[in-house]
Amino acid sequence: MLDAESLAAPRPDRVARGYLYQRHTLVVRITHWINAIALAILLMSGLNIFNAHPSLSWGRSSYSDRAPIFETGAAAAADGSLIGVTRVFNRNFDTTGVLGVSSAGGRQVVKGFPSWITVPSFPWLAMARHWHFFFAWLLVINGCVYLAFSAFSRHLAHDLLPTRLDWRSVGRSILDHVRFRHPTGVVATRYNVLQKVAYLAVIFVLVPLMIVTGWAMSPRLDSLQPGWVELFGGRQSARTLHFVVAWALVLFVLVHVFEVLVSGVWNNLRSMITGRYRIPPDPT
Amino acid sequence: MDAGDSPRRLRRNLLAAIGGLWLGGCDALSRTEWFPRILRVGEGFNRRVQHTVTARKSMAQEFSESDLSPTFRSNGTASPNDAIYQALARDGFSDWQLQVDGLVEQPLAFSLQVLRSMPGRTQITRHDCVEGWSAIGKWKGVPLSEVLALVRPTAAARFVVFHCADPMDQAGNRYYESIDMEDAYHPQTILAYELNDAPLPIGNGAPLRVRIERQLGYKMAKYIMRLQLVNSFAAIGQGRGGYWEDQGYDWYAGI
Repeated sequence: MLDAESLAAPRPDRVARGYLYQRHTLVVRITHWINAIALAILLMSGLNIFNAHPSLSWGRSSYSDRAPIFETGAAAAADGSLIGVTRVFNRNFDTTGVLGVSSAGGRQVVKGFPSWITVPSFPWLAMARHWHFFFAWLLVINGCVYLAFSAFSRHLAHDLLPTRLDWRSVGRSILDHVRFRHPTGVVATRYNVLQKVAYLAVIFVLVPLMIVTGWAMSPRLDSLQPGWVELFGGRQSARTLHFVVAWALVLFVLVHVFEVLVSGVWNNLRSMITGRYRIPPDPT
Repeated sequence: MDAGDSPRRLRRNLLAAIGGLWLGGCDALSRTEWFPRILRVGEGFNRRVQHTVTARKSMAQEFSESDLSPTFRSNGTASPNDAIYQALARDGFSDWQLQVDGLVEQPLAFSLQVLRSMPGRTQITRHDCVEGWSAIGKWKGVPLSEVLALVRPTAAARFVVFHCADPMDQAGNRYYESIDMEDAYHPQTILAYELNDAPLPIGNGAPLRVRIERQLGYKMAKYIMRLQLVNSFAAIGQGRGGYWEDQGYDWYAGI
């Protein structure tokens, strides 16, 4: 979190040399890393659960007149070897090695997602569910701590909510990002507008969608208000959305890690571990 | 390989090592005694929170005929590998009887004909398998509460155990399941003898299977032979309340 007073008038010599300042509070740093671990486990245990029925449908049930919109499985090639076949909207793709058929322990095995991206690394639905629900609760509790802290400490209003100035700079911010240009001086102490929008979308759209589509798959929570699952088009649609939004979060993490790498990996890592971030000097 | 490649190779090896450690670590933790016990705290949370936010008699969504799955998937046992069951099936289950005993004031046996003559309930519901798929079927059966009203469970009864005909392994352990009294008295908990307006097919549990609409499919035992009212299922099977529970699945299957 920023301390506005101390940044109001940085001493000229500090600005010229660059300087360290306290970028992230302890709560933000701890909740960030708990999040990182929980999201990784949730994705990987989720894919192990997915592998028990490697198929996605739209609607209320999996068995209707409509074919699945995504399905992965194995087929025998002309020479008798196994190939992984993934069907997306009635189009077949050969995905041998990744989806449908992949190697595990030096053998070709028939499975949806490969071993290296599932927890446990081999089919074990009961255990994957234990991992998934434990870390789902951890993510929710951690998220509540983060949100309460961010609202109370004004981290949310002060650092994450885009200002009017931010909205006017969207075009320039996009250009800066595609040119890998990174802010210096006082500007570098603030999140840029794309960063703010991305974080807010994750916090208030993607993660809540993951949670609610997860609830929509629970037969007990279905009875909360009979028919509420229809909001997503039915239970199988909710399962499909749970899967799609999970990959949207993966996309966010990939871009996030990419930006960390190109904007100074050690500086970023230090700021998320010790809190201290080095402000690069303005170019002279 | 020239020297220019080695930092990249080092990085790649480092990433592979971290990945291997992570995966190997998760696998190793899964195989310990203590770690899954911690993970299973999540099950307790699921059960308590879901029971807090939903009413005892909250109803699962019911559907219309147009939502019915063209064929209702048969999963698990397709036909019990058991001589007595097969003999009963050959005679159209005319000699089959449902035994109800345990912590009840009046143990009774019910023929299929008697069950069919009792007040029935028809419901079109969605069956959610733990694997992730769902199918919608139209079930007709006698509410479990009607059967319980006749046998009168004692105050000590806490669970209904379903004993089934299908052997699950070479040792002859049969499928079984259990639910608490809240689910036992739920209006949608029925002992179904019809699926989609026809006698329950063998693939779906003939002559009788239970529907527990607010839990996952593995709770809904097929090929039921006997109901036993107990105050603990610790002495049944491996003590976890069901065949799949004994294999590590959660007893509470509301999610």
